[in-house]
Amino acid sequence: MRRWVVLSTATALVGCNSTPLGYLEGSGSRSGDLLQSLAWGFLAIAVAVILIIAALIVAATQRARRRAARSAPDDVGREGGGVSAIYWGVGLSIPVLIAMAIWNFVSVQAVATPPHEPGLAVSVTGHRWWWEVDYQSAQPFGTLRTANELVIPTGVPVRLDLESADVIHDFWVPKLGPKMDMIPGRTNHSWIEADRPGTYRGQCAEFCGAEHGRMSFVVHAVPRAEFEAWLDHQRQPASTGGPAQEIFEAKCGACHEVRGTSAAGIFGPDLTHVGSRTTLAAAMMRNTPRNLALWLGDTQGIKPGAEMPQTKLDPVERAQLVGWLEALK
Amino acid sequence: MSTTFDRAAGLARGSPQEPVDASPPASLVPPAAGDKLKDIWEDSPGLRGWFGTVDHKRIGIRYLITAFVFLAIGGIEALAMRVQLAQADNHLLSPEQYNQLFSMHGVTMIFLYAMPILSGFSNYLWPLMLGSRDMAFPRLNALSFWLYVAAGLFLYVSFPLGAAPNDGWFNYVPNGSAEFDPGPNIDVYCLGMIFLGISTVVGAANFVVTLLRMRAPGMSLNRLPIIVWGTLTASVANLLAIPAVSLACLMLWFDRNLGTHFFEISGGGQPLLWQHLFWSFGHPWVYAVVLPAMGIVSDALPVHCRRPLVGYTLVAMATVTTMVVGFGVWLHHMFATGLPALALSFFSAASFAIAIPSAISVFSWIATIWTGRVRITVPFLFFASVILLFVIGGVSGVMTASLALDWELTDTYFIVAHLHYVLIGINLFAVVGAIYHWFPKMTGRMMSERVGRWVFGLMFGGFNLAFLPMHWLGLLGMPRRVYTYGPDMGFGVTNLIVTIGAFLFAVGIGLFFVSMLVARLAGRPAGPNPWDGPSLEWSVSSPPPPYNFAVIPLIASRHPLWESRLLEKGEPHSRLAEGYLLDEGKETLGVTPLDGEPDVILKMPGDSLLPLALSVALLPLFGGLLLELAWLGGIGALAVLVILILWFRPHEATRSEEKARVYG
Repeated sequence: MRRWVVLSTATALVGCNSTPLGYLEGSGSRSGDLLQSLAWGFLAIAVAVILIIAALIVAATQRARRRAARSAPDDVGREGGGVSAIYWGVGLSIPVLIAMAIWNFVSVQAVATPPHEPGLAVSVTGHRWWWEVDYQSAQPFGTLRTANELVIPTGVPVRLDLESADVIHDFWVPKLGPKMDMIPGRTNHSWIEADRPGTYRGQCAEFCGAEHGRMSFVVHAVPRAEFEAWLDHQRQPASTGGPAQEIFEAKCGACHEVRGTSAAGIFGPDLTHVGSRTTLAAAMMRNTPRNLALWLGDTQGIKPGAEMPQTKLDPVERAQLVGWLEALK
Repeated sequence: MSTTFDRAAGLARGSPQEPVDASPPASLVPPAAGDKLKDIWEDSPGLRGWFGTVDHKRIGIRYLITAFVFLAIGGIEALAMRVQLAQADNHLLSPEQYNQLFSMHGVTMIFLYAMPILSGFSNYLWPLMLGSRDMAFPRLNALSFWLYVAAGLFLYVSFPLGAAPNDGWFNYVPNGSAEFDPGPNIDVYCLGMIFLGISTVVGAANFVVTLLRMRAPGMSLNRLPIIVWGTLTASVANLLAIPAVSLACLMLWFDRNLGTHFFEISGGGQPLLWQHLFWSFGHPWVYAVVLPAMGIVSDALPVHCRRPLVGYTLVAMATVTTMVVGFGVWLHHMFATGLPALALSFFSAASFAIAIPSAISVFSWIATIWTGRVRITVPFLFFASVILLFVIGGVSGVMTASLALDWELTDTYFIVAHLHYVLIGINLFAVVGAIYHWFPKMTGRMMSERVGRWVFGLMFGGFNLAFLPMHWLGLLGMPRRVYTYGPDMGFGVTNLIVTIGAFLFAVGIGLFFVSMLVARLAGRPAGPNPWDGPSLEWSVSSPPPPYNFAVIPLIASRHPLWESRLLEKGEPHSRLAEGYLLDEGKETLGVTPLDGEPDVILKMPGDSLLPLALSVALLPLFGGLLLELAWLGGIGALAVLVILILWFRPHEATRSEEKARVYG
């Protein structure tokens, strides 16, 4: 329970953040810092170049209008002359370009490889339109299958094995580092390391069909001890049984898994601890009983095209199911 | 020089009924020859002539009109998307509708507007600028146009049925595979792209041969207008690049319909193969749709600066260099695909380097203004704004060239902003400027300068209001190709501003269309050379006679009409009033490829319905393939075969002896 409180607090903090996907502020990692300063630096150079060129165009036009006023209407300039401006302009541009390229390659070097061996490997698989998360390493942390929210320990480089179950997706947490495609038939490797605890928003960045825009996720970075406790807790079943569990097993179990029950579907997200997550439907909305009831009541209206069909539930069943799912802490 | 004086003053003042340039055309039409040549070159009367014309000028104008129609359609699609995105969690459009709209918007603007509009200018201007009477293969030219119309119809026919392409103009697999997109949508895309590819390749081949053979004597390579350099470079690139995308589309169509596994991982195929084939076409294509437009600026801006272009040779070389390097940067569209960082770094470096030839053009244009005698005309406003917009699109391009930064930027709205600065900034703003510049030549009438300033203000203001904040959206992390976004993402206000800008921009374009129409009906008469331009197209009447030049001119410099003011005493002048007068039949002069020496008299074909018929016959052929109706495809294939036999049937033997009359 305490852990969940921590995660909710972190989400509340992100709620204050005005641009959860922006990479110009609020970086949470060394890679993020590097890319943030690269973005600001290049932006400053770009704005300077644009202003200089704009000033040149205006100044040239003013000068040439004055000259036109002084000369005969049919006068035209000779062909030679002015070429030195090209040499000057290009000559001054090239060192700037070279400096930018060097800055780029230094950043590539630092961002592409982790500073030391990753201490944790997580496999993330993109599905239309949600994220399957598998904590792979049995040692030192233990394995776990979950969905749509990634919890990582701070200060530990995390290796990401990125795969896709269907079409190309892209794993992107702007405040933590580069994006990386998830391509069916191959495993792409990336890594993230959060230096500062917090909740960071992620988003699919490769067009993947109808609900591409609503395919988001969150990364919770927590201190290592808290992470280990979270992992331990998540590996335990959470269901308390009851009539709602039977409804779930009958109506949802073909696609969803809740460990400790007979619901063991693999087509949809694992829901063993869905009540402990901060968001619903691939981080489309906050996880509240009201939102969950809305989602179950009008799945296709809220997320048109989603693979989850509209499940027939009478209001009583739905309320029971919402209460049971929210209790899966 | 009193006529020149009248021209310059007449632009600003003068009665609206008097021609701006009241002098006779500089190219001589001998009294007797004019009527004879007109009889030979004019299209047949009536519908046959309308549908069968092979006149490059009519075809060029048709290209322009059709491309503007597609611009309007693509623009309306864009406005619908902008309304949807104006606020968070909007439900005006369903995701499927939105995806079809952005896919068709991209396909329309990139394939059905941006390239054809430039083909229109090149078709219209090349023979006039090069001093020839037509393109090398006039019937092929007509075929290229009709194929473009037919392919455009084919791509759009599924739109009202709600089954238009819905996987973007880039059409990545496996999202576009039969498994994940089982409807006809992607088949329309594949077949439509192959269909349109035929048109583009045919047109490109025609441009290349035209350049090599169809010039006035003396029009050597170092005297070509820069638009010719631009279109030539783009055409060679198209010949190399289009096959890649046509092949990719054919392979995908096989995968979807015949069970092959080029891109299917279940059969050992590779989704990334599509991306390589697509972008090894796609990036050169980007340059192909801007280089001719840059050529327009390089040729037309100097006219309004009253001086020749600064650094002609450098700009011509930069044009070719851009294209060559442009073939080696396609991986910068794939920086996030997980390819090795070392391999990507080479493409990152090449993408930085390609900024250098672009800088040459930019500084050449600025130097041309700086050392010129500028008249603030509407074309000048558009061309000068091209420089600024090009630089904005260029520096954002340099930002995305950075491998590291692109790992954040790619697939965000930053890229959307960047590509629109490139495509609208360099293509559309140059095109509108070019219409203002050459409209008098095409129609004999001037467009309104006063309304033109409003058009410019609305377009320039609206465009920047729409697309400058889009960079910011990308930096805030807004992903591309999303039909909506949550209210807590911080995108709302900026998106509203973007939408307002888009509508202002659209009003500007609407006003531009109206202004063209009004000018066509009631514009001020132009006369042969209202801007006092230096190149050959201004030496003939406005609009030009069907045969362009009665006497094939002899060229001695880059600026035939400015020679009296530019050349030193004793330097040879171009001769526009004496030369080959080919009036024995529908003939023009062929020259040697490099030096432009007179080589051969070419017999030109008359109007023909075959190009139209072939294009129409391809519709049932492709329709049959799309609908899997063997009988329909069979009818189409049979018709195509018959038409091709008619087209290639042996011609009557040409005379072995040729007579060439020299006038003057």
